[in-house]
Amino acid sequence: MNFFLDLDVARLSDSLVASAMAVLGLALLAYAADLALRHRRTRTEPATAAVLAPASIGSSHDVRADEHAAPETAAADDPNPVDGASREPERMTGRAGTSLSVLGVGLLVAAVIARGFAAERAPWANMYEFALTGSASVGIFYLASLRQAPVRAMGVWVVGLTLLLLGLGTTVLYTPVDGIVPVLDSYWLVIHVAAAIIAGGLFTVGFVATAAQMVRARRRRSTDSRPPAVDGASDDPFAKVAHNAHLVAFPIWTFAVLAGAIWAENAWGRYWGWDPKETWAFITWVLYAAYLHAQATDRRWARSAGWLAIAGFLSFLFNFFGVNIWLPGLHSYAGV
Amino acid sequence: MRTAVILLVLLAVAAIPGSVLPQRGVASNPVAVNRFYLKHPDLAPWLDRMWLFEVYSAPWFAAIYVLLLISMTGCVIPRCATLWREFRSPPPKAPRHLARESDFHEFTVADPDPDPDPDPDPDPDPAGAAGPPVSRDGAAAAALDRAEEHLRRRGFAVVRAPTEVRAEKGRVRELGNLVFHLSLLILLVGVAGGRLFGYEARAAVVVGGSFTNVVSSYDAFTPAPWMDPEDLEPLSFTLDSFDAEFEAAGGRAGEPRDFDARVTYTTTGGEGTAEVRPNQPLVVNGTKFFLTGHGYAPRLTVRDSTGDVISSGPTIFLPNDSVFTSDGVVKAPDAQPEGLALEGTFYPTAAPVQDGLVSVFPDQLNPRVELDAWTGDLGLDDGATQSVFTLDKTRLREVREVDGTVWSATLAPGEQVALPGGAGTVTFNGVTRFANFQVARDPGKEISLVAAILLMVGLTVSLAVPRRRIWVRESAVHETPTLEIAGRALARRALPPGEIARVAAAAASPPAHSPAPQPNASPPHSQETP
Ligand code: HEM
Repeated sequence: MNFFLDLDVARLSDSLVASAMAVLGLALLAYAADLALRHRRTRTEPATAAVLAPASIGSSHDVRADEHAAPETAAADDPNPVDGASREPERMTGRAGTSLSVLGVGLLVAAVIARGFAAERAPWANMYEFALTGSASVGIFYLASLRQAPVRAMGVWVVGLTLLLLGLGTTVLYTPVDGIVPVLDSYWLVIHVAAAIIAGGLFTVGFVATAAQMVRARRRRSTDSRPPAVDGASDDPFAKVAHNAHLVAFPIWTFAVLAGAIWAENAWGRYWGWDPKETWAFITWVLYAAYLHAQATDRRWARSAGWLAIAGFLSFLFNFFGVNIWLPGLHSYAGV
Repeated sequence: MRTAVILLVLLAVAAIPGSVLPQRGVASNPVAVNRFYLKHPDLAPWLDRMWLFEVYSAPWFAAIYVLLLISMTGCVIPRCATLWREFRSPPPKAPRHLARESDFHEFTVADPDPDPDPDPDPDPDPAGAAGPPVSRDGAAAAALDRAEEHLRRRGFAVVRAPTEVRAEKGRVRELGNLVFHLSLLILLVGVAGGRLFGYEARAAVVVGGSFTNVVSSYDAFTPAPWMDPEDLEPLSFTLDSFDAEFEAAGGRAGEPRDFDARVTYTTTGGEGTAEVRPNQPLVVNGTKFFLTGHGYAPRLTVRDSTGDVISSGPTIFLPNDSVFTSDGVVKAPDAQPEGLALEGTFYPTAAPVQDGLVSVFPDQLNPRVELDAWTGDLGLDDGATQSVFTLDKTRLREVREVDGTVWSATLAPGEQVALPGGAGTVTFNGVTRFANFQVARDPGKEISLVAAILLMVGLTVSLAVPRRRIWVRESAVHETPTLEIAGRALARRALPPGEIARVAAAAASPPAHSPAPQPNASPPHSQETP
């Protein structure tokens, strides 16, 4: 057991986290610049490219800008050649944001691995590690969704959320590498929490994409009489990403909850005890099930289904932060 | 479906109060409800009347999930019937306007070469077998054959009509959906099994002590309504040793790192030894003993004024905090001339502070016990049951020094102290550990596990498998032999990307021999859905 070596790997992990945060900070700036350029261009040259309206809830003057942009979006198959010159700066900032995100997420993954080596166990046994691994998961699924559909416009929100989580992690939640309490020393920890982290990353991406899609649908409704499609068949890339993320996340979350129940049976003799952590996992599950049903109901319900996905995400977040901090229970995880 | 959405949202909302208010029967803190009553004496009875301290067994909570399950059954059973019919019927005819479907392609299959090549299709095709140069119909039919073969190879259910191929895949998705929903009913049965026939209990056992599995041995015993307490698994065990390890240094010093209890047990099946640790219970025929906690039992020997030993051996002190400051009571009702009781606090690693001692570490590095004494009538003879951890002081007097100050003593192991006025002596012989076992039996557990597996499999199939139909049809409007291809997603998963294009490519060229990029077909061109 080489204590000093381990200590150095631990420090390496911390420096990787710091560098990842710096790089993601730059990515955030690039994405923000990208958004700003889009806004300016849609305001001054409303007739140029088909524009992905940014996912920000804008001031009244943003909305006006998008009123110009919206007919353009609707007529995406218009064969007018796109003005290459005016597109150039936007694409550069956006591409820079994505490249920096790739680098930042790569550094995060390295930090997670280093943390695992330093602790000699799966690196998700306390809130800091959960935040660290969780941000890596969010980043990975955001990058994966970019390969599915052109949803770079939500990058600024995803990267922003990731930075917020990392910021909380490194300041409030930080814990040096250490052993774990006996009840957590189980391979169920690896399985159950890993599934929760994967589902969490997907839920986060699904949440941002849902919010973006809802804002865009609302804007489009105010400018366009065509009925909006919200389900998977929709042509909105954000709807597609939201739909796919939730469809994949839901079974994984289900698995996380079931694995947790099996572990609880192993550790405490009962597989379900309505402990606050379990209760909120259940609430999250039920809300997402309601979301899936609402989407399959009819147009009008499908349009509002997004609110259920948002409620599901908020309850997922509450389970991580709120329950650990305010509602005492059996989960030794609760140690902040 | 609307009912399902509404009831699901209701269920989620109804589950919230139980996570905020203290709940009876939720393991984390058994006295939380009583404490809430003390703090909010006016509010608590009202909350209690609405079952808000037992939300998850409340009738209104049950009403929601029972309604949900009824509505689900009512929704899903008719689907079963439809599904059965669908499974046995062939894929339906192509819709008239294929171009309205998603992913529509149209392409000619005429060979652009003037070369009147014999039919490249190895299949003896009625049109091609006739021998004459490939007619318009022959080329199209050959292409349809190739599409059919390709779709069959990819596991589609296929029907070949003279001018079209109808194919469908992913019907198993519906089966998955059914299995998923019905598994929720099975889960309910499993949960009910545990809730009606199981029990939960707690027992503290001192190292060297033994435990017999009868109700009276338990510190707490919570049977389900239909559980027969006579029915406990016949078994006994002795706790041979208990070891605890703690983090010695660093920011998390004092956090537990390892617990390890060794027991020798006797069951109907014979004897054996076992190691019990967190996540590793002692299991006997479905009854499980989980190691969930531990603490200290100081060994105090009490002699009364006559010098007789009136109490000895380890006494369990209940830990109050993470450094195991523990409280306990020693009762000696038979002491002479009158009943005697000791009230003590134990510090496993004592450190002096201004007004006494505190414990600074959970392991026993510097054990001390601090004692007060009471004399009088302990109230043990009047029949009322009394906790062994508390003292009913209504008929007791605190022991005082001759000068009137309250008597109290702090002992290290091996030390002895005399009570004032020759009332007796107390010796602190040492400390023994005790282990806390959480005991559970849940006869519905296996059913729940089966339900969980079905649920997981059904859900995954239901969400991962895209059910879709694909039609390939000879176009009636074009001069050159032209095929139309379109697909329709029947579930909310879109068609796998490129699937239609692959069918088109397979139809356009014989698959086996030429990986050449469709030499005899114009590239499929996509057409926008209007
Ligand atoms: C007991 C609680 C229920 C849960 C947890 C639940 C969960 C689910 C889930 C996760 C899906 C898959 C979603 C999808 O295919 O997109 C689904 C689909 C479905 N559920 Fe439920 N469900 C419940 C109750 C019900 C009820 C009460 C009904 C009938 C009113 C119902 C009817 C359906 C139908 C028809 C589908 C297929 C939807 C489709 O084809 O897209 N479910 N359910």
